[in-house]
Formats: sequence, structure tokens, C-alpha cells
Amino acid sequence: MKILDLQAVYVMWLREMKRFVRAKSRIVASIVQPLFFLIILGAGFRVATFADVEGDYIHFLAPGIITMAIMFSSMFTGVSVLWDKQFGFLQEVLVAPISRFSIIFGRTLGGATTALFQGFIILFISLALGVNIPSIGGFILTVIIMVLVSFTAVGFGLIIASKMSDFHGFQVIMNLLVMPLFFLSSAFFPIGESLPIWLKSIAYFNPLFYMVDGIRGSLTGTNNIFPPIIDLLIVLFICVFMMGLGSYFFSKSEA
Amino acid sequence: MRSIASKNKVGRQNILDIIRTKNLTKKFNDFTAVDHISFSVRKGEIFGFLGPNGAGKTTTIKMLTTLLYPTEGSATLFGFDILKQRDKVRQNIGIVFQDPALDTELTGRENLDFHARMYGLSKNDRKNRIDEVLRLVDLVDKKDVLVKNYSGGMKRRLEIARGLMHYPTVLFLDEPTLGLDAQTRHAIWDYIKKMNKEENTTIFLTTHYMDEADYLCDRIGIIDHGKILIINTTKSLKNSVGNDVITLSCSNMDKLTERLENESWIKNIKRHNSQLTLGVKKGEEKIPIIVEIAQKLKIKIKSISVRKPTLDDVFIYFTGHTMRDQEPESPMKEMARFYRRRR
Repeated sequence: MKILDLQAVYVMWLREMKRFVRAKSRIVASIVQPLFFLIILGAGFRVATFADVEGDYIHFLAPGIITMAIMFSSMFTGVSVLWDKQFGFLQEVLVAPISRFSIIFGRTLGGATTALFQGFIILFISLALGVNIPSIGGFILTVIIMVLVSFTAVGFGLIIASKMSDFHGFQVIMNLLVMPLFFLSSAFFPIGESLPIWLKSIAYFNPLFYMVDGIRGSLTGTNNIFPPIIDLLIVLFICVFMMGLGSYFFSKSEA
Repeated sequence: MRSIASKNKVGRQNILDIIRTKNLTKKFNDFTAVDHISFSVRKGEIFGFLGPNGAGKTTTIKMLTTLLYPTEGSATLFGFDILKQRDKVRQNIGIVFQDPALDTELTGRENLDFHARMYGLSKNDRKNRIDEVLRLVDLVDKKDVLVKNYSGGMKRRLEIARGLMHYPTVLFLDEPTLGLDAQTRHAIWDYIKKMNKEENTTIFLTTHYMDEADYLCDRIGIIDHGKILIINTTKSLKNSVGNDVITLSCSNMDKLTERLENESWIKNIKRHNSQLTLGVKKGEEKIPIIVEIAQKLKIKIKSISVRKPTLDDVFIYFTGHTMRDQEPESPMKEMARFYRRRR
């Protein structure tokens, strides 16, 4: 068996594309929801002052919302393996003469493509709302981190999908793990001044923090705590770890 | 036409036994689902596993199709080992799972194309073969409809077509007509016969429907509690019960049974609830004899009839109970299946 069967990767990717294009409501929801955050939160907190935020609040908020859009969309792709499991389709894929790695890789690429599409839409709307990009290099770095965020989230979704047998568990994880981590990621407010020490320490162990901080640093060049390149390395490490673990769990699951 | 798909089909023409298993066993914790079964399936035949729900039919299929690892024993398909040569095995089998396994967000044609790509068919092969299998199951005019708008029977037909896409040597059908109405079932049976004949595909199917096994299978293996009780041709199985079956009910079952057990012309005798079933030759001539015996014993016969044996009789003969005695499938599982098919 070839480790990487390009035809299989392509077909898994193609399937994600077709499903994405056909699920009109999903596209609308996944773009509109972050837009609400961006526009309503952006307007609401426009006049608020945070001690350590430079420039308009929308500059601060946009990178967080872009991360959120990519993250949620990619997690959904990973978790959608659960659908395939429940509706039997996973068996059809697992019994084909292709490697499990090709299946995961194709699916991840598909998930990343749709997530980046959504991320870019939010990005362009942010630009229209007045966010400016200081450098081309920073923009390229932003795209790289966006891809890594997407891969990480797909991997995380795969872990959930392999370990859970229904969707209730997914809801619990979203509400009890992902949402609080997002609040502690500096996506909505800086974590430097306002948070008590113990919450701040949790934030520094929060993978989402480095994703948001990395995109903020590379895209807008202000308000970031670490240099973007450090964030990139940390996110890369988390990504490799999550994807590895996700692939492992997926390959262990029986249909 | 068979360019890529045929590369891995090594020496299949020389092997008469397409499937051969030896002591194949699967345990789930303490529960033995499949218990040391050994059997073989011959090239070109329709072979059926007949047994109640939970007898181990699906587990056997899952092991043979590399989806589950056996706990013990081994099996080869066309000479390829299911553990060591998984890819060769996978390349040569087609499966229709018990529950629908289609992507309902894609069209029928896309489902087939997706499958063909995974099995490495070239562009031309894909196009021709998709038309071919769609014609076989009469779905040509529905090919661009999303599968979620298909009826249950159409989904089954599409799955059968998909199973055939890559010219499998053997096609596994797990309860192919479960949950379908009578008319659709007959149509599916005809498709199965057609592809067995036209494509020369060996077919391994499981079922708990007697009529299905009777109509389709050349040979049947009766399986219960994870063990194979007997394998034989459908005809010989029926003959083993007796050429004719007499069923009767009377006022004193114990006494009559005891008396009849001494008669050498009765091939077998089985009591089931309020009925006595006798396997005999030339049944119509035996009825007066039985009535006479009963009268001597002052036993009143309430009803008596003679008929040709069915697989139901065969099943009772070998398992000692009817299929209906089995615990019914849990209603929740039935509901889930119903829901899935409607999607």
C-alpha cells in the first residue's frame, strides 16, 4: 500500500468541496456568525479603553475573529467524521484499498481549504472596516499561521470524533472547553492587565492564545505579546502534535 | 477496460475456493460472536449465511472484509490472507453493508465516481463502468439526483452498483433486503441473480429471511450462536428433513410422539409448541397410517397436513427452534434503521 495515494487524497478533498458548496446554510452561518462578533463587538467596544491596546479596538478584535472563524470551521470538518461514522459511510472509506493517512490528509486539506476561504472573507471585511496590513511579509506569515490553525483544529476535531460516539459530547466540549479557551485567548480583550494572575497563567498555557497572538502580530503588527515568529513556532509544534494524535486515534478506530 | 483493477488479481482463475476460512473466531470481551467456523465458498456461486439476528453473520463479513481483526483462526480470499495481504483482499472485494453507507449529500453518479477513484480506476474506465453498473440496476435516469432524495430501494440498488464498480471477484451482501417492501425485495433479488450471471461475480450474502435464502442461494450455511450447524446445497438441506413434511396437532401429544418415535419410516420427528412435525417419504400415503395409530391409542387428531419441506423446517431441524423464537431485534435498532433509510 502506498503511504500517500494522491488520487485518494484528491477525492477526499473533492468531497469536502462539493459538500461545502452544497451546504448553503452552513456557508452563510459560518461567515455571518463571526461577522456579528466583528461588527457588533467592534462597534460596542469602540469607545472602551483597554490599558494596553494601541489604536482602534477593531484592529485588536479582527485577528481574534479570523482565528475563531478558521478554528470553528476546521473543527467542524474533523468532527464531521462522526457523521460518516453514524451514517455508515466511514465503512465504505475504510474498506477501500487506500491508506488511512491518505484519508485523513485529504480530509484535512479539504477542511483547511474551506476554513481558509471563510478566514479570508473575514479578513477582507476587516480591511474594509479599516484594519490595515503594514507589510507583505507579515501578511504571508498570517496566511501560514492560518493554515496551521486550521490543521490543528481538524486534528482536534478528529480526536473528538474518534473518542465520541454521538454529538452530545461534542456540544459539551464546545461549551466547556473551547469557549472558555477562546475567552482566554486574547481574541476579545487583552489578557495582560485585566485578568487575575491565575487566569493569566492559564492563558499562557492556552494554545489558542498563541494562534491569536501570532495572527495579531503578523497581520497588524501591534498589541501582540510575543514576536510572531515565536508564536509561529509554538503553533507549529501544537499543530504537529494535534495532527499526529488525531491521525493516531482515527487509524485506531474500527468502523 | 480492466486495466488498473486487474493488475492485482493474481491467479484467480486457478482457485476454485474463492473464500476459505479455518477456525475463524471473534470474541468481544467475554462474548464469542463467531466461534471457530471453517467453510469455503466456491467460485461463481451464490453462498448464503442463514441465521437469526446476532448469530455472527455480520461479524464474519467484517472479518472477511478486513474491517475487524479475528481473535483466532485465519481466512484467505482468492489465496490472499485477510491479515497479511489486506490490500490485495480489499482490491478484490465489493461490499454492500447492512446499513446504508452512501454519502447522501452527493449524487448517485458522484458516489460511484468517488468509489472508482479510491479503487484506482482510470478516467475512461470510470466513465464506462459507471454507465454499465447504473444500467444494471436501472438507475441511469436518477444518476444526477442527490442520494438524500432516493428511496430506500434506490439506495440499495445504488450500493449494489457501487459494490460492482471495481470488478470485484466476490461481492458481500449483508442482509441485502432488510427493511425493504416486498416488491422492492423481489427486484433486488433479480438484480443479484443478474449480476451473478452477467458479471460472473461470486456472491456471499447473509440473511435471516428464509425465502431470500431459498430463492437466491446455491448453497447455504446455517449459523446460530456463532457456530455453523451445516453447510449444503439448498436442495440437499431440504431433503435432509425428509421428502415431505407432515404437521399435525392432537389431543395427547406426548403419547403420540412416544409411539411414533418407534416407527422406522419416520425420518425425523420434532415437537414444537402444539405441533408435531414429521419428516417422511410419500407423505400422502403416511397420513392414513398415522391416523390409524392415533385411533388405536384413543388419541384425537385435530388437524393434519402434508407439504414439501421449506427452509423453516430445515432451520428447526438443525437448530431445534424457529427463527421466530429468537429474541426480536431491539425496537430502537429497528427505529434507527428506519430513520436512516428515510434520510
